[in-house]
Amino acid sequence: MGPAELLGHQVTDAPVGANLDTEVRPTGVHRIRGFLVDATRGGVLGPLVALLFASVVFSALTDTFLTPSNISLILTQSIVIGMLALGQTMIILTSGIDLANAAIMVLASVVIAKVVKVSDNAFVALLIGLAVALALSAISGLLVSQMNLPPFIVTLGMLTVVTAAARLYTGSSSIPVQNDLIAWLGTPVPIAGFRFTIGVFVWFAAYALAWYALTQTGWGTHVLAVGDDPEAARLAGIKTRRVLLSVYLVAGLCYAAAAWQALGRIPNADPSGYASGNLDSITAVVIGGTSLFGGRGGVIGTLIGTLIVTVLRNGLTQAGIDSLYQDIATGVLVVAAVLIDQITRRAR
Amino acid sequence: MTAPVLSAHRLFKHFGAVTALDGADFEVCEGEVMAVVGDNGAGKSTLIKALTGALVPDSGQILLDGERVRFHSPIDARRHGIETVYQTLAVAPALDISANMFLGREQRRPGVLGSFFRLLDKPAMRTRAAATLRELGITTARSVRQQVETLSGGQRQAVAVARAAAWGSKVVVLDEPTAALGVREAGQVLELVRRIRDRGVAVILISHNMPQVFEVADRIHIHRLGQRVALVRPTDVSMTDVVAIMTGARAGNEGVADADLPHGDGA
Repeated sequence: MGPAELLGHQVTDAPVGANLDTEVRPTGVHRIRGFLVDATRGGVLGPLVALLFASVVFSALTDTFLTPSNISLILTQSIVIGMLALGQTMIILTSGIDLANAAIMVLASVVIAKVVKVSDNAFVALLIGLAVALALSAISGLLVSQMNLPPFIVTLGMLTVVTAAARLYTGSSSIPVQNDLIAWLGTPVPIAGFRFTIGVFVWFAAYALAWYALTQTGWGTHVLAVGDDPEAARLAGIKTRRVLLSVYLVAGLCYAAAAWQALGRIPNADPSGYASGNLDSITAVVIGGTSLFGGRGGVIGTLIGTLIVTVLRNGLTQAGIDSLYQDIATGVLVVAAVLIDQITRRAR
Repeated sequence: MTAPVLSAHRLFKHFGAVTALDGADFEVCEGEVMAVVGDNGAGKSTLIKALTGALVPDSGQILLDGERVRFHSPIDARRHGIETVYQTLAVAPALDISANMFLGREQRRPGVLGSFFRLLDKPAMRTRAAATLRELGITTARSVRQQVETLSGGQRQAVAVARAAAWGSKVVVLDEPTAALGVREAGQVLELVRRIRDRGVAVILISHNMPQVFEVADRIHIHRLGQRVALVRPTDVSMTDVVAIMTGARAGNEGVADADLPHGDGA
């Protein structure tokens, strides 16, 4: 028996709240309002304003910022961190953190490159790369979900081990890849003066899919609930360990995709590459408004956060400002984002 | 009084040398608030856990609607229409009221959208959540889209109780539901308890708060040393009597020979 049957025996004399009444008949206006409430619930409004503000400022300061070629460059430069940040967002939503994401991606990419070199079978190489990323993320996920170890420590260990493994595996030298399938995501897609790549569209599609899964499915609700209050989620009958593990597996899928994207951008697997990819992805997630405390935020914010970081780097370079100032700007932004999160949390 | 909807007979549970349930009996009827009181360590939480599937007793019977049942997990008990509200305000603060009421039991769109694309039916869940709140007279929330963290402690607990009421078709168990609340908020939750009872649901209320128990309970189950030692009506006894029986200063009407109190079921 559920609420459907409860509707059967109505208590007629119960007082009716005026606004609650509107919930019974969601009209067009209410649907739109509801959609806006849902869309901004992750707090994307602030990051969006920041992104637009930075873009306007750089457009005014330089002639080169607001050009099709530069916008294309910003997008292609954002892809790899964007894919890493996608997995990172889901893990942070469960109040975890993944320090090993870039290291896992790098190991997957060198494995893909090596398998292609040895066998010349790119499809098998991609599958093996996917398996590596999934397996490593699964280990992190199992340790976090089944053994209740802190994600920070688990992934710190994973980062150290995987980084070393990638260097041992390659003898610390990078592996060039010459293969059409591996490079496929780097294929240029010229549209009206812009030079997008297939990878840009795959990146957006991945975000759209993740947005759907997180906001429109029961799984997404469970992920948020587990990050928000694991005990409440468990008492509600959610299998919290399974949900946690599934999040790490989805993240592993993102990291494998990031490896493919990285090889599409630069057909050279470097075991020492993306050394700060983990922190860059955390930066993108945090600037995008996802709370490090879990349960609040979403992938749209991360998409904007990733773009903010790239736009800042790109714009300050266009404006001829020393790259070290870019780091200072990014660092200040991260702390400011967490500060805002903390203040709004306290206000609740 | 009708036949009990949920009852237990001679439940035993041992934890090593400790006997937590020592032949405990229990019953609750439709449309009744059964308060369960007892000193700390009397075994009342073990009893409640056995009734809600959180643990399996060593021996004894649990009957639901007269049929013997064995619950192996709280989810198991829930499937049989037994819902539990915990004192810890077990709601997810960042989720909205509707999502909390359907947490773990989300409703999906009919057809391929729901089965393959796993698309949630948010409008339907919101409509049902709002209807349930309205029916229970919870009108303080502006909208079921409101995040639970924007609610006061009492309102949050009201959402938890409403969730239990929405799904607990037979029995709603409230474990110290007012422990974390202020006086006014506790009053609102007790009002909610009455409304649930008036809908014909059996309510089990575990509480330390004697005035609250006397305010809302139809019968009081007094638990001591792993047993029900008395089953009384609040109209027949005083708070002092109940406390005396609870602490063993005075004998109850069960489990001991010289019962000097009127029996709860009017026998």
